[in-house]
Amino acid sequence: MTAVLNIRNARKSFGANQALSGASFELRERELLALLGPNGAGKTTLIRAIAGRVRLDDGEIEIFGEKVDEASRRRLLAVVPQELALYGLLTARENLSGFGRLNGVSPEHIRDKVAWALDWTGLADRADEPIGSFSGGMKRRLNLACSVLHEPKILLLDEPTVGVDPQSRENIYDMLGKLRAGGMSLMVTTHHLEEAEARCERIVIIDHGSVVASGTLPELLEKTVGHLRAVTLTLDRPMPNGPAGCESADHGRVWHTKIADVAAELPGLIQRVQAAGCRVENIEVRSPNLQAAFIALTGKALRE
Amino acid sequence: MIGTLLRIQWTRLRRDRVAQTLTFVVPVVFFSIFALIFGTTGNGKTPSIRLAVVDEDRSAVSKRVLAALGREDGLKLIREAIPRNSAPNTPRVPIDRERATSMVQDGDLAVALIVPKEWGKYFPDFGQEGPEMELLADTSNPVAPQMTFGLLQKVAMGGSPDLMMEKGLKQMESAGSGFELSTKQREQMTTMLQQLRSSAEAADKEAAAGTNAASASVAAEQGGGAINVKKVDVLGAKKTNPAIAFYAAGIAVMFLLFTCTATGGSLLEEAEDGTLERLLSTRLGMTGLLMTKWLYIALVGVVQITVMFVWGALVFGLELWSHLPGFIIMTTVTAAAAGGFGMCLATFCRSRGQLNAISNIVILTMSALGGSMVPRAFMPEGLQKAGLFTFNGWALDGFLKVFWRERPLWELWPQVSVLVALTAVFLWLARRLARRWETV
Ligand SMILES: Nc1ncnc2c1ncn2[C@@H]1O[C@H](COP(=O)(O)OP(=O)(O)OP(=O)(O)O)[C@@H](O)[C@H]1O
Ligand SMILES: [Mg+2]
Repeated sequence: MTAVLNIRNARKSFGANQALSGASFELRERELLALLGPNGAGKTTLIRAIAGRVRLDDGEIEIFGEKVDEASRRRLLAVVPQELALYGLLTARENLSGFGRLNGVSPEHIRDKVAWALDWTGLADRADEPIGSFSGGMKRRLNLACSVLHEPKILLLDEPTVGVDPQSRENIYDMLGKLRAGGMSLMVTTHHLEEAEARCERIVIIDHGSVVASGTLPELLEKTVGHLRAVTLTLDRPMPNGPAGCESADHGRVWHTKIADVAAELPGLIQRVQAAGCRVENIEVRSPNLQAAFIALTGKALRE
Repeated sequence: MIGTLLRIQWTRLRRDRVAQTLTFVVPVVFFSIFALIFGTTGNGKTPSIRLAVVDEDRSAVSKRVLAALGREDGLKLIREAIPRNSAPNTPRVPIDRERATSMVQDGDLAVALIVPKEWGKYFPDFGQEGPEMELLADTSNPVAPQMTFGLLQKVAMGGSPDLMMEKGLKQMESAGSGFELSTKQREQMTTMLQQLRSSAEAADKEAAAGTNAASASVAAEQGGGAINVKKVDVLGAKKTNPAIAFYAAGIAVMFLLFTCTATGGSLLEEAEDGTLERLLSTRLGMTGLLMTKWLYIALVGVVQITVMFVWGALVFGLELWSHLPGFIIMTTVTAAAAGGFGMCLATFCRSRGQLNAISNIVILTMSALGGSMVPRAFMPEGLQKAGLFTFNGWALDGFLKVFWRERPLWELWPQVSVLVALTAVFLWLARRLARRWETV
């Protein structure tokens, strides 16, 4: 797949504070890319740089393989800001048509585009209410819609699901799915790792202003925690000597280990415990996940 | 409980510079401004009134009365001025009746005194036989004519006792009341009159030499009678409701400034809400955004002033319709400049709270100095000059030229050019200050 957006060696300092220190990655056509990183990693700065709102000290940004001028960038690329950037006293319809016109939708097309957006966001029945009374999730969807009326080819979303309940989050990802189906390429930043795991095709992890890993989920896992599953056995009483490769906790009542093949190795493990005269109270098997990979890469747990 | 809460509030105030300024500094500043306006600069003296004098009589009596008038602390006599519509360095010429009238009409000063021919012959004119003095007044300043009138009576009574007595005796004799002086009495009287005259003249000389002659007498305080003065309202006479033009303009300009800064605050609101970020990523750009906001604010301002003046016309008899062209010109340039001012202040401030605090201080100060609260004519000269450094001063001068002085439109050029220039400066500043929101 071809890259629609290419960032190479992006650097930016605010005074002594280096927000971006040589970040490089690419966004491919029609993909949904997750940009992950702890607080202050430089995600927002990176998005603002791509949108032309932050001037890089060094590095290149290419859209469809070229350094484009401002006008083409505005046409091709849109950003959904982290804050809800809407006019609270205006109705959903007025917000949409206002920002649509400002983003270059022609007067003859604006009605159709607004009608499409209202339908797409599921806000058609509340279209003419001032949005001040809308719920957080509704405003999030509208915030998203206000950025796409002019049909950009690339959409960058800065935490589109922050403060939104799981159901609304589903809604938002369904909306994004429709955009992809229409040919758009998307990048989201998020602090919900499950979301990135479940919904995004590729993941870029950034820390201290540079990319520490990127790839599909299995690729990332392979690079970091590997494919081994973590097994935790809880016993009815302490077991003095555990099997080889196991670590104990709680004075020998809890044992941790890693195994590659659950079906083949787990029965043997249980048998050895029973042979030692103990009974297994609980077994927990965890597949390697993004959380583990993330901690391995950044040394930090990710929280919203 | 209460103690804790009090401590929290106090700590918050201590950390908030702006709130501190508002609480403690602003009242002191305002108190000082108003103290200055009403002339008590610490020594308790009222500011002197500038009075143009035209002596058409040129008699010994008129000269003496005017000289005595000139010695009064409360008055500063102006006898010469540069001719109208001439360059500032043109030599001064004595003021005549026509020039005096134009000076009052133009607002150069609030009062002018004309001593007509033959006036001295009849002084002191208890019987109101001779011609009256004329006091040309700009009634937008009610204090100056009153003060002048009072001082005039005072110097007449106290400054010319010899003339008073002479005239009194003559009247008594000529009244045929059977009262007649003997030769001896007449001689004594003549001696006394000579003494009075020489002491009055000595007072004139002393005053000329710089020592302050205390010439006030008890009679002067009682006022009225010795001089007949006709007050001529050279500006407001034919207006149905003269004062209203004054206050309409003053209030309009002050509120315009408040409206404009509040509306300018929408820029900060957008920055806080994030809509600014969204707007800046559209084709509009910062310059376009600022110009649009400014245009909007100025339009709101025009509507606001129009509503107020129309209301004034309908309810209070303000003569709007007959001054429409001047009104349109002044309203447009004033709203444009006020809009620029609002943008400038909004881009300067970091938050809406800061904007509110700073705009209150700046607008109230400018309004006080610029004459929106108390007409500038009431203020001492120094403060009147200071008023020209305010936005209100220029805007009000323009509105007053239209509604009060009824000058031809072209004479608005100084006010219009200053306000247009201010607009440009404000917008340029706002554009520079707005850079902080642009690409970083
Ligand atoms: N305009 C600015 N001026 C100064 N410093 C800035 C500016 N914008 C960002 N920074 C700094 O750059 C660093 C990266 O910030 P950025 O907002 O890009 O992080 P982020 O990854 O989006 O964090 P979060 O997950 O909390 O949103 C931070 O240290 C931040 O303080
Ligand atoms: Mg961020």
